[in-house]
Amino acid sequence: MMNRVVLLITSAACGLTLLLATGQSLANEWSGYISGEYRGFANGPVDNRQHDNNLSFSAQPEFYTDWDDGQQSFTFVPFYRWDENDNERSHADIRELTWLKAADDWEIRAGLRKVFWGVTESQHLVDVINQTDLVEATDGEEKLGQPMINLALIRDWGTLDLFVLPGFRERTFPGEKGRLRFPLPIDTDQARYESSDKGAHIDYAARWAHALGDWDLGLSYFNGTSRDPSFVAGLNRKGQPVFIPVYNLIEQWGLDLQATLDDWLWKFETISRSYSDSGFGEDYIAVTAGFEYSFIGIADTSLDLGVISEILYDDRGNAALTPFADDIMIGARLTLNDEQSTDFLIGMIIDKDDSTRLITLETSRRIGENWRVSLEGQAFINVPSTDLLAGIRNDDYLQLELSRYF
Amino acid sequence: MHNFFKPTQYIAVLLFSCLPFYAVAETAEEKGLAITIEADKRDTGWQDQTASLEMTLRNRHGQESKRKIRSKTLEVSGDGDKSMSIFDTPRDIKGTAFLSYTHALKADEQWLYLPALKRVKRISSNNKSGPFMGSEFSYEDLSSQEVEKYTYKLLREEIIDGRECFVIQRTPAYKHSGYTKLVTWLDKSMYQPIKIEFYDRKKALLKTLTYSGYQQYEGQFWRADSMHITNHLTKKSTDLVWTDYAFKTGMKARDFDRNSLKRAR
Repeated sequence: MMNRVVLLITSAACGLTLLLATGQSLANEWSGYISGEYRGFANGPVDNRQHDNNLSFSAQPEFYTDWDDGQQSFTFVPFYRWDENDNERSHADIRELTWLKAADDWEIRAGLRKVFWGVTESQHLVDVINQTDLVEATDGEEKLGQPMINLALIRDWGTLDLFVLPGFRERTFPGEKGRLRFPLPIDTDQARYESSDKGAHIDYAARWAHALGDWDLGLSYFNGTSRDPSFVAGLNRKGQPVFIPVYNLIEQWGLDLQATLDDWLWKFETISRSYSDSGFGEDYIAVTAGFEYSFIGIADTSLDLGVISEILYDDRGNAALTPFADDIMIGARLTLNDEQSTDFLIGMIIDKDDSTRLITLETSRRIGENWRVSLEGQAFINVPSTDLLAGIRNDDYLQLELSRYF
Repeated sequence: MHNFFKPTQYIAVLLFSCLPFYAVAETAEEKGLAITIEADKRDTGWQDQTASLEMTLRNRHGQESKRKIRSKTLEVSGDGDKSMSIFDTPRDIKGTAFLSYTHALKADEQWLYLPALKRVKRISSNNKSGPFMGSEFSYEDLSSQEVEKYTYKLLREEIIDGRECFVIQRTPAYKHSGYTKLVTWLDKSMYQPIKIEFYDRKKALLKTLTYSGYQQYEGQFWRADSMHITNHLTKKSTDLVWTDYAFKTGMKARDFDRNSLKRAR
């Protein structure tokens, strides 16, 4: 169903794009990238239906035009990925299809879009508008385009963003052949909703954000279908055991805060989430808090080193539907500040209860004017078979990605 | 540059705008400050400015890489300028935008917009001495030059490239500068720099910046068409070519906030 909707919207968008592109007085512009990626796994899979090494290609063109002296614009960003082994990872999305009108003290946006809220690095608790495109990246940083109407009121006391969010996007999950998944595959075809309107439930959200001197703060509210599903065990059409995602109705308050004091960035995010009485979840509070300290120009070179540490806390403890219930993250970011914009990031999340460790390494640099190569790896150490991460205990990998930007 | 003086400097401005500075200023320091205040005064009143710039980075083997940037600046009276830089190339960072509120002595406020993540990040402004986009320019070389950011000393007057210049030594008064001193050749007719030498923390000559192709805009404001900087240690150099200068375009503070940063193109 969603695929048909996506196809329909894509066709309409392509038509509109062509129409706008042939217009005369408009500033039109195409950009984007195509990318190839190869993932190599250190060990054989947990489940013999899963693949070993994997090849994948993706493309994300972007069309932009503006008029009305730049006060109105239209942006269209389709996305497609082809994956060698996992049908669920081969997917299309519209990342953005937005009309924007900006005035002196307000801005309005309508269409599909991505919105980011928050300040921390290890996880993004307050960031609830967009669904995670989990097949794209295990860290949850990639998002699906969310249909919305967003009015921003820009005043001396800050910016107030109001959102109406019609049309729910289900989370993507690796298929049974995919790696980096739960112990059992997720059967997205059987997804259940608490709301009788299912995916047509209209969600609402608001956020106030303001910068006061060294402080940047945001207070947010969300009322609607949770982007994070719970899971129930079930069987797929072939009678094999699967997990079925259940999308509950929630109400969530969020607060995010950053103090920028000399070389220190102090970061804090907290949410309070409540479920309805008929819902499937237990109300909870979660916190991410920490700092980033920068050493600028170490030893009279142009190298910058940032040291990051954050605590991740969830008051549900081990019952939490997140692997990050009581963990600590430490990391370092090295920036060479060279012509190729070379950077390295290493991070580790340590579970304080057991000794589970998740290690991430990322490095990238530009080649020539239009290419970028990146190397990324993850290692999962001491994952107990009871942990939410048990399905990925054999999935240590290295990934090489080459992208051409245009 | 903009108009931001302490009360004592207002007095200095009043004095120096009435009289030839050398009649009043006695010490080399007073002369250096007076010339700088005059330069600042002459470059006040442009309100706002937009321009395109192309940077060519050249390493010691002569290999080049290019960056295209558009910049917008708002003159703020009583405080440092507000500016926004939008990166067009290299393509992998296209759409990245940088918003900066400069201040004379307290820390600047800086935000970076990362288009792939749709994320606005407040960043530490202590990167003043760091390279701008991998070039030989540092952030402090390109940020607005407030009078209070330095102490001054007039070293001598001399003619270079057929131009009569004041040679002024500047010592950074703000934290986190990468320099111990800067020596500026300031053209006496334009009150604009022709050449700047930068001395590093070991007091050795690190970089030389030269300006060329000055043009006058709005009948008052001089802007160089190109700047060339050489790093004497690494032998790398960067050319900066400015085009499409426009002034008094009617931009407001609203065009330099985090909302406009998110939709900068």
